Order: sequence, then C-alpha cells, then structure tokens
Amino acid sequence: MSHELSVNVAKVEMQFASGQLGVRDVNLAVQRGELISLVGPSGCGKSTLLRMIAGLMAPTAGTLSVQVGSANDSRTAFVFQDSNLLPWRTVFDNIRLPLELRGVPFDQQKVAVENSLKLIGLKPDDATKRPRMLSGGMRMRVSLARALVTQPELLLLDEPFAALDDLLRQLLNEELLRIWTEQHWTGLFVTHNVAEAVFLSQRVLVMSKSPGTFIADIAVPFAHPRDPELRSTPEFAKLTGEVSRRLREAAR
Amino acid sequence: MKRILQAALPPAVLLALVIVAWHYAVVGFGIKAFLVPKPASVLKAAIDGRSELLQAVGLTAGAAISGFASSLLFGTFIACVFSQSGMIRRSCYPYAIFLQTVPIIAIAPLIVVWFGAGVGSVVLVSFIISLFPIITNGTTGLLAIDPDLLDLFRLYRASRWQVLWKLRLPHSVPFLVTGARTSSGLAVVGAIVGEFFAGYQAEKHGLGYVIMQAAGFSQTDRLFAAVLASTFLGIAIFGLSTLVGSTVLRRWSDSR
Repeated sequence: MSHELSVNVAKVEMQFASGQLGVRDVNLAVQRGELISLVGPSGCGKSTLLRMIAGLMAPTAGTLSVQVGSANDSRTAFVFQDSNLLPWRTVFDNIRLPLELRGVPFDQQKVAVENSLKLIGLKPDDATKRPRMLSGGMRMRVSLARALVTQPELLLLDEPFAALDDLLRQLLNEELLRIWTEQHWTGLFVTHNVAEAVFLSQRVLVMSKSPGTFIADIAVPFAHPRDPELRSTPEFAKLTGEVSRRLREAAR
Repeated sequence: MKRILQAALPPAVLLALVIVAWHYAVVGFGIKAFLVPKPASVLKAAIDGRSELLQAVGLTAGAAISGFASSLLFGTFIACVFSQSGMIRRSCYPYAIFLQTVPIIAIAPLIVVWFGAGVGSVVLVSFIISLFPIITNGTTGLLAIDPDLLDLFRLYRASRWQVLWKLRLPHSVPFLVTGARTSSGLAVVGAIVGEFFAGYQAEKHGLGYVIMQAAGFSQTDRLFAAVLASTFLGIAIFGLSTLVGSTVLRRWSDSR
C-alpha cells in the first residue's frame, strides 16, 4: 500500500443525455483506508456516483479527481450488483481475467488466483466450475475474488449483496470486513440495506432522492475488528435507527 | 433406451403407414409409373443406381460442407467487422440482406457464367445461400453484450482487440451455433441448386445433376430416389451440425 490514494469530489453534477439530472452538488473526500457506505432511495444516483469515481462516466460539472496507483497501473476494482461473471469461463479463468487483460504472466496469475480463492473462502475444487453451477452466494464470492486478485487500493462495491438472502448477506458482510481488516484497502460501498451499511463502515453517507446529493454524514464509532454480535447491541440499533430516519427524510 | 424408442417409434409408424398408403394409392387409382412410381420401384431404382447415388451424395455433401464451412468462417469475420463500427454496419447491412432476399436460383446461372462450371461454382452457390444466417446471428451475438460486462473490461483497460477476442466472440458462440444450424440446411439446398447449373464436368455427377437428368428422361423412380437421397443428406448434415452445436454449447457453459 505504498501508492498515493486520494478521492476528491467537489460540486459534481451528472446530467444524462436525456437532460435528466443524476446527481447534483456532490462533495466527498475519502481518506486512505476508510470504508464508507452510501445509502439513499433507489434511483438517487448512488451507482452513478460510484461509476464516476471508477472512471466509467465523466461528470458534466464540478471536479472529480481520483488518484489511485500510477497512471498505467490502475488500482481500482469494481464489484457489480450482478456477479457479472463470464459464463463460458471457469471460476479460475474468471478470477484471473483482470490480470490476463493486464498481461501478467500466467504463473503469476495462478499464484494470485489461488491466494484470492483462499481469501474469499472458496475451495480449490471450485476453481474448475463454471458460474452456472454455482449458487448466487458463491458467484458473488467469485466476483469479489476477481476484484481482489489485482490487490486493489480502492474497492468500489455497487450493492454487491442485494440479491442474496439476509443470512448470506450477513455472512458475506463479515467476510468482507475481515478481508478489509487484513488488507486495509479503501472502500466505497453502495447499499440500500441500513444494517449492512452500519455494520461494515466507519461512515455512512445518506443521499437525497434523485437528483441525489449528500444530506447526512453519520460516523460509525464501533471499533474493529467487529463481532457479528455487534448487530444485536442497543448501540447498533440506535445508529441504524438514526440512519433509517435520515433515509426517510431523504425519500421525502 | 425406452426414451429413444418413445421418440423414434411414432415417426417410424407414420412412415410405414405413408408407404403403405402410397403403394395402394398408386395401385388402386392406377397412377402411371412415370407420374408416381410405387415405393418398391423407387427402392429398386435406388439399389440399381446405388453406386451413382452414393457418388452423387458424396459429391454434394462435399460441396455443401465446403460452402457451409466457408460461410461459417467468412460470416463470423464479417460479423466481427460489423461489431467494430456502427458506420460500416449501417452502410453494409442492407446489402447483406440482399444475400437473404435474392433468389439463389436467379443468380446461380450468373455465377456459372462468371466462374465456369465445376465444383468451385457449386461451392460458391452453397456459400452465398448459407452466409446470411451466420452474419445476422453472429452480429447479434457480438453486440448483445451486458453493459456491465463491457464496463468491467473498460475498468481493466482492455484493448478493443481484447474486448473482441475475450468478450464479444465467446459471447456470440450460442448465437453462431443457432445461425450455423439454419445455415447448414441451406448449404445443402445451395449445393443442389448449384449442381443444376454447374455440375462437376467429366463423369462425376452430384445429386442436383441426377435430379435434372432423371426428370429430363422421365425416370420418375430414379428422380424419387435422388430426391429422397437429397432429403437424407439434408437431415444428416442438419443433425450433424445440431450435434456438434450442442456439444460446443455444453462445453461452452454447462459443465466443467
């Protein structure tokens, strides 16, 4: 983690070709190593903001500067809402894709994929399977492994666990947090699940309804590593209560 | 085994019934043999002319498979070009449709005028008629990519070539398999039509030539035998391409 990392978003606006405003007046500064959750009513522009930070879209106004790694060695990874795996590739070949596209030699790819598989809790056996043979939770794990295989410094997650059942979601939250505690990348996590946002992050940013802008920045003071039991404490309930209240305001 | 029997028995019974009805219709109504021959005479004509028929089937199959293989390769190439530029696609696609709408029978003589009689022209006719399904299905498959997947490749700064080779082409495989199935049947039709006009010169005759000649001499039993042979050839090639296609698809995504 020796590279520079800075994410600065100032007065950013995104207007779509249709003329519709996606986000307006968004300001955000991310510290290295932070794990931040973004919540907001559906369609408020959370994903749009994440895509702009990933460099997949350019803002129509304001300044957005993201410096991660060097210019020719991007250290940003993105986890999509859908696992977004290539159905014709095995788990192994899906995970090594980013390295392959970058021209990393195969033996290095192999080592990196094996580490990534281990990290995300997949058996070596699973490496030869195709996505169609996997459950939704497993597919999401593979998708995470693919993002982590590049050893990203900035990890952008766009509602990755939205399609999973609650128990699986909690389990993957715990895994993700464990990996973050070990590796300390900087993370931006978009979700519409309040408990998930509070459990994972150090800050929860609440976005207004479309066109979205941040209306609240709520600190989550719980220490790391966090225990799954944290979810049943009164402090946790109090904080989720506050975020929910802000969300309801946002939707108005 | 039981499943195969269940699938094969009903059409076999129907075929037997049709043959029996055919025989009694010819005998009962006193239909003349040069109009509709009895099933037994067709069988006899097929057995008597078996060496000629087998050679014809072989030649036609060779031409159809060559035409099909070239359209598969060339069609995929054209589809790749189409996928790379909206400009090229918009300007060329209407002319690709021309391949689909032009009556092949109308341009086959022209092809013979240009390229002369012989196997080349037969393959060319087969190629032209079987090209279109590959182009359309291939282009659809190369373009109908989930935007998130394209974003994923963009995020990792994949080159245009990497996107084509590692995303678009593998994604288009099921589409190409569908196109190839349609195309394989058309290739047989194309080869026979080609043989009507081009033939192979010398003593070698394809099914198309046998059909024309038998019709010319009113050898209806021989004509029937040749038509049946063409049908079987078409079914065989279609079946083969379906089999190869489903094997490819199974390897493509289902199992390990």
